[in-house]
Amino acid sequence: MVSQDLYAQLHGVVVQRRDKAVLGPLDLDLSGGGFTIVLGPNGAGKTTLLKVLHGVDRLTSGSVSWTVPAKTVRQGQAYVFQRPIMLRRSVRANLAYPLQLLGLPKAEISACVAHWAARIGLSAELDVPAPRLSSGEQQKLALARALIRRPDTVFLDEPCSNLDGRSTREIEDILCDASAAGARIIMTTHDLGQARRLADRVLFLNKGQVEEQGPADRFFTAPKSPGAIAFLNGDIIE
Amino acid sequence: MNEIWAGMAEAFLLIWSLDADLIDITLRSLQVSLSALVIASALALPLATWLAIRRFRHRRFVIATMNALMGLPPVVVGLIVYLLLSRTGPFGVLGLLFTPAAMIIAQVIIITPLIASITHQAMRELWSDYHDLLISLNTTHGQRIATLIWDGRRALMTAALAGFGRAIGEVGAIMIVGGNIDHVTRVLTTAIALETGKGDFALALGLGFVLIALSLCVNLAIHTLSRTEREGLW
Ligand SMILES: Nc1ncnc2c1ncn2[C@@H]1O[C@H](COP(=O)(O)OP(=O)(O)OP(=O)(O)O)[C@@H](O)[C@H]1O
Ligand SMILES: [Mg+2]
Repeated sequence: MVSQDLYAQLHGVVVQRRDKAVLGPLDLDLSGGGFTIVLGPNGAGKTTLLKVLHGVDRLTSGSVSWTVPAKTVRQGQAYVFQRPIMLRRSVRANLAYPLQLLGLPKAEISACVAHWAARIGLSAELDVPAPRLSSGEQQKLALARALIRRPDTVFLDEPCSNLDGRSTREIEDILCDASAAGARIIMTTHDLGQARRLADRVLFLNKGQVEEQGPADRFFTAPKSPGAIAFLNGDIIE
Repeated sequence: MNEIWAGMAEAFLLIWSLDADLIDITLRSLQVSLSALVIASALALPLATWLAIRRFRHRRFVIATMNALMGLPPVVVGLIVYLLLSRTGPFGVLGLLFTPAAMIIAQVIIITPLIASITHQAMRELWSDYHDLLISLNTTHGQRIATLIWDGRRALMTAALAGFGRAIGEVGAIMIVGGNIDHVTRVLTTAIALETGKGDFALALGLGFVLIALSLCVNLAIHTLSRTEREGLW
């Protein structure tokens, strides 16, 4: 069955690192907007799956195809990495960078930068070198820098792992706004409360395999796979 | 011992009085080494950055060669450039032998691998840091190189300063291709060698002090740069 809003397909995807199978073999159809939350224990392959989807990590075999032409795939996408990557520049320059790459006019860029800096509460830190921010601030900056181009698909790899409760709420608000504006969000988290709050769909990964995939309410109320049941109970998965 | 003290006193006097010969030689040294530095940097910086971000078949071989070239004995470089530029050599018609241009060419050959090697090291580190982000943002190769060069500019300046330090202190190659001709190709190092040979320790020492002062400045600058880099004060 091919759903109408299918946006990406994985065929026989295998990722090996140092002779170890990290992901797959995986055949997967991805469809639907809103929030897709990728869950799974440490080392399950969540980061690898996101990177492979976005095309920043190499496949050992298989293919990932998006419904948009391959050449333009990454233009509409943005990625917030698990460990924030800060350009060795000021906060301002970090925010401006993705827009400068597009060659937008200066006035437009600085308006956007001011807007997003205010949004993440870093207006007073615009001239601070980004690598000097606290790790929570760096995560917020990475998120704003990803959203500043208004992508239609956003990958987020544990965007709130270093954030306190208030900051987590702020980030969730920003993400909900982006989602309401039509962005598709694919996100990993270890915070089950957050997964429950946000998820429209859940993808449960374990040992490089998708063990369960489906609507969030079904996943949380009636998980089927033993791995997912154990994971939701907080048991150690064998 | 007396001779040395007398020489030192006279050397200070020469520097203090801004002796014409001393100024002339110092300026020529700066002119030759700075020209070599500009040309070598223009070659080495983009090449090394490109090497850091591109994967191709013989990449390892090219990098190994670059590192090996760093160890080229300057005297041998001088000899080769001499042979190439001598009247019977392939570039003899240009008439460059025993001119500052010949010295610049020799110095470029000596310092380009050094600058490239230091640059490559720094750029590889920066690239492994930036890799995922720059791929994710769909950057072109040109944009990647420009970003790395800009954000790594302190490391690049350190590389350039190291190159300049090597060039200004070099004597073997420029002695051979420049010929140490008074008022034409005589620079600090070759003049020191000559004056020492003649027994004129005053001028030799005076020139030596200038050379030491220049190297100290270079090292101080490198130190300051690496400190601002470490402390994130860019
Ligand atoms: N370059 C690599 N070399 C060796 N092993 C790797 C490499 N990249 C990933 N792995 C391995 O692949 C497995 C999956 O890694 P991945 O980062 O995708 O897990 P994850 O689900 O994101 O985990 P976490 O929840 O801890 O972030 C891990 O066991 C990891 O050790
Ligand atoms: Mg991960």
